Amino acid sequence: MSKTGLSQSKPDNLPKPKIQWGRIEEAEKFAEMVKQFRQGKITRDDLRRFRLQHGAYGSRMTDDYSMIRVKIPAGEVYPEQLEKIAELSESFSIGNAHVSTRQNFQLHWVALEDVSEVMRGLAETGLTSREACGNSVRNVMCSPLAGVCPEEIFDPTPYALSTAKFLLRNAMNQSLPRKFKINYTCCEKHGMARIVDIGLIPQQMEVNGKLENGFKIFLGGGLGAQSFVGHQLEPFTQEADVLYTIIAVIRIYDRMGNRENMARNRMRYLVNELGWEKFQGIVLKERAMVKLVQSVVVKLDLDKTPEVLRKVSISSEMPSPPQGLSRWMKSNTMKQKQHGYSTAFVTLESGDITASQLRAVAEMAREFSAEGRIRNGFAQDMVFRWVKDEDLPRLYSALLEVGLANPGALTMASVVGCSGTTSCNLALTNSHRLAKEVQRKFLELKLDEDDDLRNSTIKISGCPNSCGQHEIATIGFYGGGGRLGKDMYPLYTLLLAGRADGQSVLGLTTTKVPAKRIIPAILKVIEVFKSDKRPGDTLDKWLHNIVAGNGNKIKSVNDIRELLKPIVAPPTMEQDSDFYVDYGNDGSYHARTGRGECAA
Amino acid sequence: MSKEKTTRITVNADVLRSEIRDKSVKVLDIRKEEDYKQGHILGAVNFPLSSLLADDSPDKVLQYTQSFGIDDETPVVVYDDTFGALASRVAWTLQYIGHDEVSLLDITYGSWKKLGLETTVESPSISKKTHSLKLQPQILATADYLMPAKEKGAILMDNRERLNFLENHIPGAINIPYRMLASPQNILRPKDELKRFMQNRNLSPDSEVITYCGSVGTLSGLGYYALKSIGIPNVRLYVHSFKEWKSLEKPIEKQNDANYWDLSAE
Repeated sequence: MSKTGLSQSKPDNLPKPKIQWGRIEEAEKFAEMVKQFRQGKITRDDLRRFRLQHGAYGSRMTDDYSMIRVKIPAGEVYPEQLEKIAELSESFSIGNAHVSTRQNFQLHWVALEDVSEVMRGLAETGLTSREACGNSVRNVMCSPLAGVCPEEIFDPTPYALSTAKFLLRNAMNQSLPRKFKINYTCCEKHGMARIVDIGLIPQQMEVNGKLENGFKIFLGGGLGAQSFVGHQLEPFTQEADVLYTIIAVIRIYDRMGNRENMARNRMRYLVNELGWEKFQGIVLKERAMVKLVQSVVVKLDLDKTPEVLRKVSISSEMPSPPQGLSRWMKSNTMKQKQHGYSTAFVTLESGDITASQLRAVAEMAREFSAEGRIRNGFAQDMVFRWVKDEDLPRLYSALLEVGLANPGALTMASVVGCSGTTSCNLALTNSHRLAKEVQRKFLELKLDEDDDLRNSTIKISGCPNSCGQHEIATIGFYGGGGRLGKDMYPLYTLLLAGRADGQSVLGLTTTKVPAKRIIPAILKVIEVFKSDKRPGDTLDKWLHNIVAGNGNKIKSVNDIRELLKPIVAPPTMEQDSDFYVDYGNDGSYHARTGRGECAA
Repeated sequence: MSKEKTTRITVNADVLRSEIRDKSVKVLDIRKEEDYKQGHILGAVNFPLSSLLADDSPDKVLQYTQSFGIDDETPVVVYDDTFGALASRVAWTLQYIGHDEVSLLDITYGSWKKLGLETTVESPSISKKTHSLKLQPQILATADYLMPAKEKGAILMDNRERLNFLENHIPGAINIPYRMLASPQNILRPKDELKRFMQNRNLSPDSEVITYCGSVGTLSGLGYYALKSIGIPNVRLYVHSFKEWKSLEKPIEKQNDANYWDLSAE
């Protein structure tokens, strides 16, 4: 969406959601299904399939409660939608919402009987949870910087939205072998195109003497118990072929994907089993077929109407800069490619936000963003775009007032943690709380101000599945259980040097770190880095060099493992009983899981 | 029961204003005294919830009622600034001692002010009246009453917030957090919405329902009136609620093995 000139209209000319994703009748149908289930007319399994298709997971140890995942295509959220989510979270959930790593909102611990009410409320403001879970195409993501990124070639947002529109409720997408993820990014740096089923990065190429828009398309990436980096389909996929390519890939996956083995049914396994060249050939052939057999030309319905920017207030002068402003400016804001505007990131603890904070964000979007809405980011965060540079101090003050002005959003201090044992059936550890603890410690030590750490990331999952994206973190962890004698303790596996940019690699398994030693272990890695780094090294670069065999004194992750040994050794229960208790618990640790619903 | 059906559960601002003009209603303000002194609805008498809770024995409540100038026939309207929960507790208590004509203002005092409706700082002059005492035990539940009633099919409804409910509750209770009962404008949602919530739970209108909350029956008082507003005839308030239940060391149920508190951003 190109932004043309400032309109001189009043600040109340707020944009309304353009696309109605939700449908009230689906909420009514859901209510009916739950009633029938409770009356014993349909089975638990029937309900489960239906429930997942409509975006409601069972909760940890009980399916009397659901986690509802609200799809936010391209991450774009309008103020009235934020206010509705706030209201729904207070009425039917826990008074908090959660921002996921795939730009969704999640409402936890909603009574199964109230899921339909949440769906109804969502539909009233244009939102849906349909196909947010289950074996379908999940939320279509788009970089939160799309349209404002200084490095992008063009804004992919209209493509992401129209892809989502084409696929939602589309028959081809209702019963895939497993979930399917599509990401659009703005540039090589700011997205995750290589770790999803289909990843797209804008690109231009001269075709018949004319510069044409198109994409680099990556296929077959993904994180999980076994992770893969995606392969680029062809040097350039022109705009007219984007949708045909997506259709072709989904059709192949639908036909050839593994429907037997739950552990191997994501598309990345199909690509891996066939081999990339073979899969690539099948895709190109299928795309030609799709083009031939479509009776009409199928194109993405791109809405490229130039958007009118609202005039936002820049009236009152700040009396004096609020405390912490420069730290926040440095670690939470970026200059846009449009002169005079900035993008500001709001870092949340593990993605959690209260209802009243959501309302405050809605109000700030109205007051400070010239596009009058926000985007959810890729790191459980929220993003204000189109903020006048001179308004940043006032935005900061407003955020400060509601406890949303934590610094470190674009630094290593912005830690990702999946929901873990707070709500997920598969979790082995409380990764959610651990991520909060690590973030607090980083801010306390002001590590967000350390430029050597700025580009690094910490991501934590509560089990080997990768909802916390630990494999693409500079320092990643996934949870499990350890044992000393008969006593169990929460134990994480440490991975180092992962990244998801143009040089995507998955982190290397380094050693095991007990939950209560994670913070000392991270600080130790930083200490070793500081003493070993060459001039100009940042933590991520230093680790990258080590993994690539170009280390300084530290030659391999094995050397780091050795240095961590004293920290990770378990004490006995008598020496330190707290060691055996996971965060957020008061009793001893037991690894307990329920049935995973991902593949149901 | 037939008389109860004619009682208004809630009253809107317009109706209340005209009744205040007609002097046909007694208004009770349940907020703290200092808030009351800064402004209240015309003619309202201050009855802070703390005064009631200090001694809510029927005799004491009767004394208050008479001192406020309420006789058996006086229609009473109660309001607060705490989403109707405190007002509900007082309304229920009046009904319990036998005063049937009591209603809740359907908005809070905060909304009343936001709407720009008239307020005053003057206290009304009150002349004492006589009121009879006719206890209504059919709207009260005691700790001993709960489990036998549940055996016979009564529904226990916990009106505390979800996280508190997950942490501990009376075995077999269902949870309708008090926040579910209000709309953004009113202390109670429209009837069709409240009815739908009950239908979603396959809850029959003939069921006996017992509401409870954390300690003194305020949140569950609102729950009580939400159910009354949709015509459920047989509702009781477990007025001493979970605090008493715990102190009696009765059985408690918990959602185990999940760290749901850590999802809170508070």
